[in-house]
Amino acid sequence: MQVQTHVDINSEWGIVAARQAGRKLAREVGFGSVDQARITTAISELARNIYLYADQGQIKIEEVAEGGKRGMKIIASDQGPGIKDLRRVMEDGFTTSGGLGAGLPGVKRLMDDFAIESELNQGTVITAVKWLR
Amino acid sequence: MKGNVRQAILDNQDDITEEWGSRIEQFRQDEALQNVSSAVYENTSRDFVQKLLITIQQNDVSGRDLNQFVERLIQMGWPLNFITRGLQEFRKSAVKVIADHSGEVKDQLELFQEIESWVDDVVDQLVNQYSGSWENTVFLQKMALKELSAPLIPVFDKISVMPLVGTIDTERAKLIMENLLDGVIEHRSQVVLIDITGVPVVDTMVAHHIIQASEAVRLVGATCILVGIRPEIAQTIVNLGIDLGKFPTKSTLKKGIETALGMTKREIVELEG
Repeated sequence: MQVQTHVDINSEWGIVAARQAGRKLAREVGFGSVDQARITTAISELARNIYLYADQGQIKIEEVAEGGKRGMKIIASDQGPGIKDLRRVMEDGFTTSGGLGAGLPGVKRLMDDFAIESELNQGTVITAVKWLR
Repeated sequence: MKGNVRQAILDNQDDITEEWGSRIEQFRQDEALQNVSSAVYENTSRDFVQKLLITIQQNDVSGRDLNQFVERLIQMGWPLNFITRGLQEFRKSAVKVIADHSGEVKDQLELFQEIESWVDDVVDQLVNQYSGSWENTVFLQKMALKELSAPLIPVFDKISVMPLVGTIDTERAKLIMENLLDGVIEHRSQVVLIDITGVPVVDTMVAHHIIQASEAVRLVGATCILVGIRPEIAQTIVNLGIDLGKFPTKSTLKKGIETALGMTKREIVELEG
């Protein structure tokens, strides 16, 4: 039973839609309220990054099962400008938009698994998983 | 529409109505129309084709009858594709029925063109009407949303509260900042409590806006206290690594008001007796 949701991000309302879809699935998978908040916040960060830097992209949310563990996977992808220095964006306080610079490192801390792939002028794909305990 | 084509349609209107009725019946499977009873569906369909025929009779595409009918459909929440599909089927039915009755191929081509362009005009007009009505609804909702956006409420002398409910986007963040600063000056507040109990998600952008707003409030000589931080929000803020150390926070509005009273050197005491 693979539950998959797909949300297109092309305006600020897309962020809200992705977030709500995420919260709904998190509740269905069985996450507690704190983890629900963590997942929703992570989706919010990723969706906002898409909106801010790439103008448009997609957020895919799905239930995953692996070796007896269950969890939830978020895949944020865009065809935007890409990230020049992957190590720097994972540093706390690094920002190019005048924000807090806590987004990506924050998402990494909010979730259990985190992977980022990016190619200049091609786009970025970020995958993050939260496991049910 | 040319007179002879109009006449042809009106002469065959019973056949066309029947043909149209059987075609449109298949369209009932549409999801949005599942809850509509078959009596209502049949009545509405019959109404629709009648209005179309009246419009043809009066030779006026923007006729009142059809407009009112569409207005009613919009209010009942029927999908737009009932109308577009209905008109397509009407075109097919009319062409089919009349073509069966007249012989000349040349006549049929002209007939087809006439009906085609008439249906296009009607579709154009009705789609405009439909989308106009939706745009209007969206606009009204936006206005309604803006009205409950970010009020600053003076609760005591020198103390104001701004309760935030719902998602904070860029536009609202701007409003929050403006209302805060205007309100602080207007009410001569010394302490402003920002209550985020009703904010579903506090991500870095929301935190950033709140930090900026409180910094701006500090510049005009007042203090911000952030209240209503739910436990799960507190944990996500820590996980995100957002530093809220610079300004005071309290778990509930009640505690915030007590602190604010203390900061303005007052307290609430119970009267004896």
